[in-house]
Amino acid sequence: MNAETETTIPKTVDLAAEYEASGVAEVLRELDEELIGLRPVKQRIRETAALLLVDRARRDMGLSQAAPSLHMSFTGNPGTGKTTVALKMAGLLYRLGYCRKGHLVTVTRDDLVGQYIGHTAPKTKEVLKKAMGGVLFIDEAYYLYKPDNERDYGQEAIEILLQVMENNRDDLVVIMAGYADRMDKFFTANPGFRSRIAHHIEFPDYTDAELERIAETMLAEQNYVFDAGGKRAMEEYIGKRRAQPHFANARSIRNALDRARLRQANRLFETSTGPLDATALSTITEADIRPSRVFQGGLDVDRAHEETRA
Amino acid sequence: MRITQGCFSFLPDLDDTQITAQVEYMLSRDWAVSVEYVYDPHPRNTYWEMWGHPMFDLRDAKGVMMELDECRKAHPDSYIRLQAFDSTRGFETVMMSFIVNRPPEEPKLHMQRTDFEGRSQKYAWDARY
Repeated sequence: MNAETETTIPKTVDLAAEYEASGVAEVLRELDEELIGLRPVKQRIRETAALLLVDRARRDMGLSQAAPSLHMSFTGNPGTGKTTVALKMAGLLYRLGYCRKGHLVTVTRDDLVGQYIGHTAPKTKEVLKKAMGGVLFIDEAYYLYKPDNERDYGQEAIEILLQVMENNRDDLVVIMAGYADRMDKFFTANPGFRSRIAHHIEFPDYTDAELERIAETMLAEQNYVFDAGGKRAMEEYIGKRRAQPHFANARSIRNALDRARLRQANRLFETSTGPLDATALSTITEADIRPSRVFQGGLDVDRAHEETRA
Repeated sequence: MRITQGCFSFLPDLDDTQITAQVEYMLSRDWAVSVEYVYDPHPRNTYWEMWGHPMFDLRDAKGVMMELDECRKAHPDSYIRLQAFDSTRGFETVMMSFIVNRPPEEPKLHMQRTDFEGRSQKYAWDARY
């Protein structure tokens, strides 16, 4: 590819045409359509895409040589779509030609850190080899670093990661994800990461209205619908659930809907007397959502905790 | 004497770009790739040392090239070969095998002829430095 660009250096560049031709427009459109809310995230991704597109044009004209650093950190509460966006990011970087294969390898501490001396390096390298040419997504990256145990093998994994992030910038993009406050602590303790990560993207929590839309989209994907009562109950559910512990945004909604479907199936089984039509089989009603423990003040275990603490 | 084993061995040595292209081909066919090395290149020596496990789930040739570089660093004077395995028959079949590293000074394959019962002759080869 280098030989080609050296012989024919373009004089001008049509960014709009490049934008359409590279397929970036398509990825961004998908991002807009498939993900509800996340406005600041989408804005950042759009900016990053623009930067990379311009950078590529500059390199084609011979204005800049160095490949930009593409490592990123995604911070936000659970269930805010970090993994989904990482997947889209991999597609985006692939279309822009910044990563050769465009696959996403999702790992956590367990996949990188070994259980005994000498186990960590081969394990981390194995994962890195798999991720070459694509995007390595490290979920809850701060677990790699355990300050209270100085013999923790996580440090070894961190060192290998840093080395690869520096030396193999053309081969691999690393995205680290996790809660905002703990990621901040992690970066403070490992300044090497902070300086090597160029893009920090924050994922905001969803608003209640967004979660309602997410719930409806999720149901629609499985050919279910809310009736009026069910919709009202779900709205109330979201408000109550948010106040309770272990709220995980869209993931909580997904779990709630799974349980609602379970209750709906049970209800149909117990109450139906005659043949059921498609509407009955695919409607989630108030009766399927109201029995949730969220309406009785949360999970028993959590309440027990509260009581012992009080 | 130049040892000729596997694919491409009558061609000039492949450079890293060419090796990468070959590995990309292997991966595009969903073959597993392994790195092996040996100090005894006798043609009847089929037991080459494995450099790590065969790599089954790579997407990009860079992973293989990293292992190859490490192997070259550790055994610069050995013969190193890359092999590709196809598992569609239910067991790993070698589909491709080629030498990617040679010692600066290669041994000679020397032929020894000995007399045997009556006037019959026996032939044997050994690698001599």
